[in-house]
Amino acid sequence: MTKQTMSGTMKWRYIKQQLFFGVVRLSALILTIALGSLIFYIVINGFRVISWDFLTLAPTDSMTKGGIMPAILGTLYLTLGAISVALPLGVVAAIYLTEYARQGKIVRAIRIGVNCLAGVPSVVFGLFGLGFFVVFLKFGSSILAGALTLGILILPTIIGAAEEALKGVPQTFREASLALGVSKWLTIWKIVLPSALPGILTGSILGIGRAAGETAPIMFTAAAFFTPRLPQSVFDEVMALPYHVYVLATAGTHIEQTRPIQYGTVLVLVALVLGIDLIAIVIRSYMRRKKRW
Amino acid sequence: MERFFRVLVCGLLCLLVAAPAALAGGNVVIKGSTTVLPIAQAASEAYMKSHKDVNISLSGGGSGDGIKALIDKSTDIANSSREMKKQETDLAKSKGVNPMAHVVAIDAIVPIVNPKNKVKNLSTDQLSQIYQGKITNWKEVGGENLAIVVISRDSSSGTYESWGHLVLNGAKVTPKAQLQASNGAIVQAISKNRYAIGYIGIGYINKSVKAVTVGGVQALAKTALSKEYPVARPLYMYTNGAPKGDTEGFIKFLLSKKGQEIVKKEGFVPIK
Amino acid sequence: MTRHQKEIIIKNVFFVFSLISIFILGLIVVFLFREGIPVSREVSLRDFLFGMEWYPTYTPPSYGIWPLIVGSLIVTAFSSLIAIPLGVLAAIYISEIAPPAIKEVLKSIIELLAGLPSVVLGFFGMVIIAPWLQETFDLPTGLNIVNASVILAVMAVPTISSISEDALYAVPSEFKEASYALGATKFETIARIIVPAALSGISTAVILGMARAIGETMVVLMVAGGAAAIPESIFDSVRPMPASIAAEMGEAPFRSGHYHALFATGIVLFLMTLAFNLVADYISQKFKEVGSATL
Repeated sequence: MTKQTMSGTMKWRYIKQQLFFGVVRLSALILTIALGSLIFYIVINGFRVISWDFLTLAPTDSMTKGGIMPAILGTLYLTLGAISVALPLGVVAAIYLTEYARQGKIVRAIRIGVNCLAGVPSVVFGLFGLGFFVVFLKFGSSILAGALTLGILILPTIIGAAEEALKGVPQTFREASLALGVSKWLTIWKIVLPSALPGILTGSILGIGRAAGETAPIMFTAAAFFTPRLPQSVFDEVMALPYHVYVLATAGTHIEQTRPIQYGTVLVLVALVLGIDLIAIVIRSYMRRKKRW
Repeated sequence: MERFFRVLVCGLLCLLVAAPAALAGGNVVIKGSTTVLPIAQAASEAYMKSHKDVNISLSGGGSGDGIKALIDKSTDIANSSREMKKQETDLAKSKGVNPMAHVVAIDAIVPIVNPKNKVKNLSTDQLSQIYQGKITNWKEVGGENLAIVVISRDSSSGTYESWGHLVLNGAKVTPKAQLQASNGAIVQAISKNRYAIGYIGIGYINKSVKAVTVGGVQALAKTALSKEYPVARPLYMYTNGAPKGDTEGFIKFLLSKKGQEIVKKEGFVPIK
Repeated sequence: MTRHQKEIIIKNVFFVFSLISIFILGLIVVFLFREGIPVSREVSLRDFLFGMEWYPTYTPPSYGIWPLIVGSLIVTAFSSLIAIPLGVLAAIYISEIAPPAIKEVLKSIIELLAGLPSVVLGFFGMVIIAPWLQETFDLPTGLNIVNASVILAVMAVPTISSISEDALYAVPSEFKEASYALGATKFETIARIIVPAALSGISTAVILGMARAIGETMVVLMVAGGAAAIPESIFDSVRPMPASIAAEMGEAPFRSGHYHALFATGIVLFLMTLAFNLVADYISQKFKEVGSATL
């Protein structure tokens, strides 16, 4: 092979590589621009509406004035309800899967079950919530029904995160504890679980973020268009941020006039969800750096 | 660490269940028509101002939603911009619900087009053919050479049912019609689209859209009451049997002079 | 009670709890079928799946969901067309090419995109993209297949990207080292060695991304237009299954024909996403990359 051919072929291979890298970098750029422009538009249009009043008052004058406080509160109630259902159930299930179960058919079936549950569309959860919690169990359209529906929606997320966290605890911890004569359950409760807690926390926070942003599951199980007073029991309907955006933008009485409020609500919702996610990301990287093993 | 979490979770759960009100107030749930919604919302705000212990929970979704909720006993009042169908009343009775109608306002359904559209008048027959997809170009009805984009409501809407009944005489709307979820959404869509035609309750008309006269008659309070305008209909609130308590209070308020003034203010026609 | 007995009790209690996911999944299936099967009293299976007319509130009603199914398939196909290249290329960039600082930033960007509520994306599509589309292309409406596909792609990319990234990361470094040792450029290594090795993981990622797109509700509800007809161009409106369910669920009286038809549509949707998930699971199990210890 002459020097000429070698450098010619090399050049061509190099050019191919640079083209490819260019395309790849372009796709990364496209994604960044997508997120950037989304946030830009939301902030620019929603910023004007945000004020202390907006966040603490109820809507007035057919939603064209006033605030979104009932929606913020409703989202808070629904999310807390969801996580208080999903967290215990999910952590217990994860503990069984990682600590107790023998790898076999049943465990595989459970894992397939979890994965499939994760893939169920949110509207199907809404249908299920309506048919089961609202009608069959006669909870009616209520915080209870909505929170339960959201709870089973985020259950796979919690199970996945908890499993990851538990798997990340070094086996040596468990072995040392057992060698000292501690029972299996106590080992889990006092040694493994505390070490896995940051990971579980991160997963829960991401689950909360997801529950706060979902609309379809609460459309028929909990949400109302306009109920400005605080709910008096778990059997009441509530307003919720994602539902508020949806109804104001599609089914409201003064769609154009309430546009700034829609943007404001979107801004609050996005700030809430992204804020929650960022906290989880920060905790996670902090924990990774601080790990002592 | 765990103890802290346990306390936190317990505390939050207590907050969830017990906190919000020591007041035992009345609770009225209203669901249904988006046409009636502005009336119901303005009336709810006024009523709650003068009755501080009553909590009204209002939702839209369409007349079908409201009627279904009444049948399923999940609402006190069902807003409806159409009469209940026979199969709905049968279903209700079979579930032990006895629907009672209260006419709270008169409405006119007005066909609207974009302000740039030159067409000013359409006959009921032309409207029917447009919505069935048989007339597809504006030039066929005296406008420019542009395709007609048909915008309609989806099937939960009482406005949709009334339109189908009064204009189409039961014929099917073309499947190519764009579907919007509410009167407000139709206004928005038409205001941005010079090809489009839609229909809304008279209370939703604003400057961003142009109302078309039907058979030469303009939709007004006068013509709606006298039935000269062909697409007029009553707006209902249905209750399960005779209303009691706060529900009764609210309906009485809406039918009173103050309530009817709210109806007028929202752009609809009071019943007298 | 001895410690041993306590251990057994705890183990079994936990076992019961862990069955919860399967239990809920089973419950969902039971309910969907219980409320959906009765639609067969009103319409045959063939007419339901392949019927062209969806007029559930007319008398007599007709319950053909073929236009809805086609709507779902088309937006999923188009959004995948956009999301797969973007997602896979971004994954390649993150795992092989990007410098560490950019890598962290980009991973966070993708994670944040994943966290955006679907109603926010639907709002964006409805309020900013639709008018822009309508004016730029002089269309009858900006709520159509193109709009929905673009937004769905934004939702699917994070799924595709993060799972692909895991797959690429799992390729043993011995493969890369051998390739470089033979004189291959980075691009050639990526294209001919790493990606093929991670192909099963990437396929899983793609399938899960598509499952996400087909099941997404709020976006298609707000942005796809709502016309229950077979589209003739990508600028036409469609009515994917989740949009129809969400729009009409509120009005169908309990256990009416319409109610059953909506649950039956839910069954079809559920089965389609289930199929996607099972296929993805199968691929990831069967073609599991063995570790480098077997080399």
